[in-house]
Amino acid sequence: MIAVATPTPTWYLLLAALLFAVGCTGVLVRRNPLVMFMSIELMLNAVNLSFVAFSKAYTDISGQTTVFFVLVVAAAEVVVGLGIIVAILRRRPSANADDIAELKG
Amino acid sequence: MIELLVFIIASLMVVGGALGVILRRNPVHAALSLILTLFGVAVHFVAMEAHFLAAVQVIVYAGAIVVLFLFVIMLLGVDKAEDLRTEPMLRQRILGPIIGVGVLGLVGAGILVARSRTIVRNATGLDPEVAADGTLNPDSNVKQLARSLFSDYVFAFELTSVLLVIAVVGTVLLARRPNKGLQAARDKAGVNA
Amino acid sequence: MLDVIWLIPALPLAGFLLILLFGRRLGDPKAGLLATAMCGGAFLVTLLTFFDLLSKDAEERSHVVTIFSWLPVGGLKVDAAFLADPLSITMALFVTGIGTLIHLYATGYMKGDPKFSKFFLYLNLFAFSMLMLVLGENMLVTFLGWEGVGTCSYFLISFWHTRESAATAGKKAFVTNRVGDWGFMVAMFLAFQAVGSLSYSGLNLAAEGGVLSKSTATAITMMLFIGACGKSAQLPLYLWLPDAMEGPTPVSALIHAATMVTAGVYLMVRVNPVIATAFSWAPAVIAVVGAATALFAATVAVAQTDIKKVLAYSTVSQLGFMFLAVGSGAYVAAIFHMVTHAFFKALLFLGSGSVIHGMHHEQDMRRMGALRALMPVTAGTFIIGWLAIAGVPPFAGFWSKDEILLSAWAYPNHQALYKILWGVALVTALLTAYYMTRQVVMVFFGKARWEDHSGDHGAHGDFKPHESPAVMLLPLVVLCGLSVVGGVLNLPFTESTKRLLHWLEPIVHFGEIEPHESAGVKWGLAVGTAALCIVSIGVALAVYQRHKLRAVEPQILADGWRYDRFVSWFMGKPGRDAFEATAWADRTIVDGAVNGVATAVRRTGGVVRRTQTGFVRNYALLIGGGVILLLGWFLLRALGVL
Repeated sequence: MIAVATPTPTWYLLLAALLFAVGCTGVLVRRNPLVMFMSIELMLNAVNLSFVAFSKAYTDISGQTTVFFVLVVAAAEVVVGLGIIVAILRRRPSANADDIAELKG
Repeated sequence: MIELLVFIIASLMVVGGALGVILRRNPVHAALSLILTLFGVAVHFVAMEAHFLAAVQVIVYAGAIVVLFLFVIMLLGVDKAEDLRTEPMLRQRILGPIIGVGVLGLVGAGILVARSRTIVRNATGLDPEVAADGTLNPDSNVKQLARSLFSDYVFAFELTSVLLVIAVVGTVLLARRPNKGLQAARDKAGVNA
Repeated sequence: MLDVIWLIPALPLAGFLLILLFGRRLGDPKAGLLATAMCGGAFLVTLLTFFDLLSKDAEERSHVVTIFSWLPVGGLKVDAAFLADPLSITMALFVTGIGTLIHLYATGYMKGDPKFSKFFLYLNLFAFSMLMLVLGENMLVTFLGWEGVGTCSYFLISFWHTRESAATAGKKAFVTNRVGDWGFMVAMFLAFQAVGSLSYSGLNLAAEGGVLSKSTATAITMMLFIGACGKSAQLPLYLWLPDAMEGPTPVSALIHAATMVTAGVYLMVRVNPVIATAFSWAPAVIAVVGAATALFAATVAVAQTDIKKVLAYSTVSQLGFMFLAVGSGAYVAAIFHMVTHAFFKALLFLGSGSVIHGMHHEQDMRRMGALRALMPVTAGTFIIGWLAIAGVPPFAGFWSKDEILLSAWAYPNHQALYKILWGVALVTALLTAYYMTRQVVMVFFGKARWEDHSGDHGAHGDFKPHESPAVMLLPLVVLCGLSVVGGVLNLPFTESTKRLLHWLEPIVHFGEIEPHESAGVKWGLAVGTAALCIVSIGVALAVYQRHKLRAVEPQILADGWRYDRFVSWFMGKPGRDAFEATAWADRTIVDGAVNGVATAVRRTGGVVRRTQTGFVRNYALLIGGGVILLLGWFLLRALGVL
């Protein structure tokens, strides 16, 4: 029989940390603005996961309430961010994140 | 046993999808990987008895946000693959993963240190078995969430509705095509449209 | 009358303003007479005030009249106030008295000068400033007068400013005085810091009451002495006085013989309680400087050929005597000598002016001679002045000089030093007799050397020296009379004859040191000094009149021990080097530090600028790095490492 272990909240937290790290790397390495955005979504999800894990650990519902709000704000943020990206990329379809440097001066 | 299995499978979905997001060259593929991750997270939510949130995650995140991403990708025709081999800033490519690993390590260590010092109650549900007054409290997750949301956090709730309105109005303004007069003035001034 | 002592300086000031407005119209000689009248009026008021004070008891002879509150600033309260007490009225008396005589003389001397009214403008302004100086109730009013007389001295020395040497002399006087003024100002600061007030009564009461610490009193004394050295031409700041002879002779008589140069002595006498409270080496320093100056100037006077330069060096020498008196605690003797010196030195200067006037502005004594017959009044009064300064009894100079010598001999502290100073003073007195005799003989006796050079002077045709007009002779006669009887002020025989001592007692009672010697010693010193002076006169006669001995006039003495050249060299080379070094330090170190800070900031900015690449991903990288650092820190803290 394989040793069984019940997943403890700590496991979930470590998973959230891993997800967060992956998202962080994605933001730093990718140049396509849309993919960068998606990496940010990954990080937000990691945070949601950790909130829910804490909520379970301390039997406190406010962790889940927080996730609710994070979800709403993430949605709003995606809407506005994509609007900006649309506005930029419409003019210059080949733009990537590095081209913001041309705004300086 | 079952919980462990569920955990492992869902975790594989999450991590696999995440790696797909950051490693796939085609942005459409990346979006689809994102959906995989979101589903995995939803499964985790269910395992942690956050049923409402799991549903909302699937509907809002996977069903609306990622769809929006795909719309934009298709609309603007940026589904061409990004050339991952060239990287003008070499430093980024080296330091990026280092920072990622660093974050993982430190946060992980932090978690382990913190958790080792706190007592964990291994309750299966979020309701305590026995309430303070001795009676059982078997409210559903939705009810609990609703009660918390509309009493303790009602102000924040109202603010988020305002935020949503602002976001919508703002985005409509941002994404509009300029009207004819402005376009004519721009052409005269020689600004590239 | 005591309440209107403000009239005393106000009358010359009114004269100044009137001449300023109407001088050109009044012209020669009315402007001069107006100025003389104003000065005379001031003299009358002073005289009446003097009688007023006499009628009071000794303790009550101090009256302050406040005109207005001048500087009520924080802790400093200075009033524009005048003090009428024996010392100030004594000074005011001879300032206004001799001043009026010299004003009168100048109406004759300056006749025909195109800037006639301007001269009297400055003279009245000078009189006003000098009276502010002596009548001031506090150091600041005195300082106002101090600066005023310095300024007027500058105006008057360079009166004929088209002459390069006159303009330079004026500047030299002003600048040298300024060095002394620095000392005065520092003394005022110290006095305010120690006592909280600038008034003489406050300062002197503090000194008498023991409130003033020894070191503060010494510092104030030394700083005031520096000021006095500048104004009263002591070593090393005397060098402006001989050059000041470039001014018209009435100026030399008034300012550089009788009044302005005595301001330094007046100041020291005014603060005698402070000097008495200082360390005992402080008066010794004053005495040494005074005696050294006296000897120095006397040696130089022996070889001078300009009639006025002899008298200038003589003035420096006599002022040295006065400071020797101050340093010996003989303040009354100092004032006594000041007064008698004012009489005979003004007489001698005016007499020399008369000679110059009669010789059509010839000043070189080698071209004079045998003027006795042609200028009898001038010669007669000049001879009386000569006898007075040479210390021949019973003329005024003998009594005052003798008192100073006695005080030096009998000074209780540092006795060996003071005996040496007495010796120096004695030698100086002998030299004084010698060179004054030389001057009298060269000018009035012997062969007439002027007939040889009658072709040089483009005077009106026939060059024959003549006597001066009555308006110039009258002051000579008056001063001559005063030089004869002046000794009466303070004869040393009995207590009742020591009039000046009793008169000034309320002022100097704290600091005055009366010599305690037996009558035999006193008589011995007096008779011995007089005898030696007469011998010295005899020697001079033998040299210059009978030509039995050879004249000793080495060039180095004529050059004033090359002191002028030394100062020029010093300022030119080491002084200049010091100045250049200071300027370099300011440029390199001070400016360098300031600019260096700016440069450092700029360089740092230049380095830090490189983080602003404009690439968002770089910024994200930096944020990530910051996050890691923070996480690490928190973790380590939780683990108890940090």
